Amino acid sequence: MEINEIFQKVKKVFVDEFEIEENLITKESLIFEELGLDSLDSVDLIVALEKAFNFKIDRANDGPVISQIRSIQDIIKYVNSKQS
Amino acid sequence: MKLQRVVITGIGAISPFGNGVEALFDGVFSNRSGVINLGAIWKESITDILCEVGSAISIDLNEKRIPRDFRRNMGRVSILACLSAEEAVQMAGLSLEHFSSGDYGVAFASTTGSSKSLYEFMGRFIEDKSLSSIKSGQFFQVMSHTAAANIACLLNVKGRVISPNSACSSAAQSIGLAYEAIKYGLQKGMICGGAEELHVTTTGTFDLLQAASCHYNDQPDKTPKPFDKDRDGTVCGEGSGAIILESEDSAKQRGAKILGEIIGFNTFSSGEHMSRVTESDLVAGIERILLETGIALGDIDYINAHGTGTIQGDSEESLALEKVFNAKGYTPYVSSLKGHLGHTLGASAALELIVCLEMMKKGCLVPTKNLENPDPNCGNINYLKEFKAVKPRLIMKDSFAFGGINSILLLRSYENGN
Repeated sequence: MEINEIFQKVKKVFVDEFEIEENLITKESLIFEELGLDSLDSVDLIVALEKAFNFKIDRANDGPVISQIRSIQDIIKYVNSKQS
Repeated sequence: MKLQRVVITGIGAISPFGNGVEALFDGVFSNRSGVINLGAIWKESITDILCEVGSAISIDLNEKRIPRDFRRNMGRVSILACLSAEEAVQMAGLSLEHFSSGDYGVAFASTTGSSKSLYEFMGRFIEDKSLSSIKSGQFFQVMSHTAAANIACLLNVKGRVISPNSACSSAAQSIGLAYEAIKYGLQKGMICGGAEELHVTTTGTFDLLQAASCHYNDQPDKTPKPFDKDRDGTVCGEGSGAIILESEDSAKQRGAKILGEIIGFNTFSSGEHMSRVTESDLVAGIERILLETGIALGDIDYINAHGTGTIQGDSEESLALEKVFNAKGYTPYVSSLKGHLGHTLGASAALELIVCLEMMKKGCLVPTKNLENPDPNCGNINYLKEFKAVKPRLIMKDSFAFGGINSILLLRSYENGN
């Protein structure tokens, strides 16, 4: 999957799951500070990404990486790494 | 310590008749039934369920108007609770500043947390044996005090938040505990009441215990039939009733319109059987509240019965009322609203108390819908089978629950403070 396609899917996750207006979401958006997610949303983000990209996130191994995610760009990188 | 008089300044409801207290009043005072046949849907989950009727809310709740970061933690029961609470708060004219002051609290409960959310949560958990697909809000939707906690978060409540989950007596206990908190000066005001969501597992439980109506599946508006010789059990329902209680002093200071007054509360246990309520326990409970409040038998104009339509429960309640009142020559009118609303369980006492307020306002008592022939095995009391043009000044509200938990409230009209 191309980077832009990943971005579009991530954007759809934020629109559908977190009800954020699409035009507010850029690759540079900070998911907590700018898009308003909180610690509970980060749990739901994992569930939503698993569903959108059809992969399983290993809570033990992927946890440290997931906890470092701050931006949409970080999510795109993470999803891309899971694919490869 | 100066004891406070406790008055009602706001009411909110969502019921099988729709959203808002006016929809509730319209349904009850036009003698309609909220009961429908849900067999086709329910049999997808429980193939051998016998009861196919329920009193369900079928309107769109428009729940997206609740901000997402609050809504994600709400199952249906909490959404119903919050919608009714918002209406009551608006009617009372209270602001978020009141609730964040620490002087105003919440007492709200339901039989359980969201049954639908629990069903989904456990189903996924058992199937996957994993936490990976569980969303963050799922537990908050399921926890027993979900209704109270969600109201508190939505309104930024900093006062006390209590959730006496006691099945069908949940709302009565919530109102009673809120009354006591205000009476003793611990809070200036409380949002109180109860909520319930209808789910196949709830009706299934009553079905299993042979307490659910199952002979009127093709005529849902004919059941339940409280106190009738042909009653065959109760009909579970859903809804939420919210009441704002305040000290009379606070209400007057704010210039709030006062709708009525709670003057007594007693909650007491049978202490012996999980599902059987007995005449002698009820007699003792009624006599105690009369003694505590100094209310004379002849002062009670109308009794809003628990009257769910079960064989044993209706009989014991009516026999207790006969013994306390009629055997001594007093004949207060008695009716149950379960024929209109079904048994809304954790919400029932709140929704029914709200209708009682309207009876006081309108000067009209509502009869027991579907009561045609009082059962000779029930007590010899003054059953209301037709609307009655009477303006009750003092109403007794019964509410009894599985677990042997019984509650009684006394509601008095409030006219010029008298």
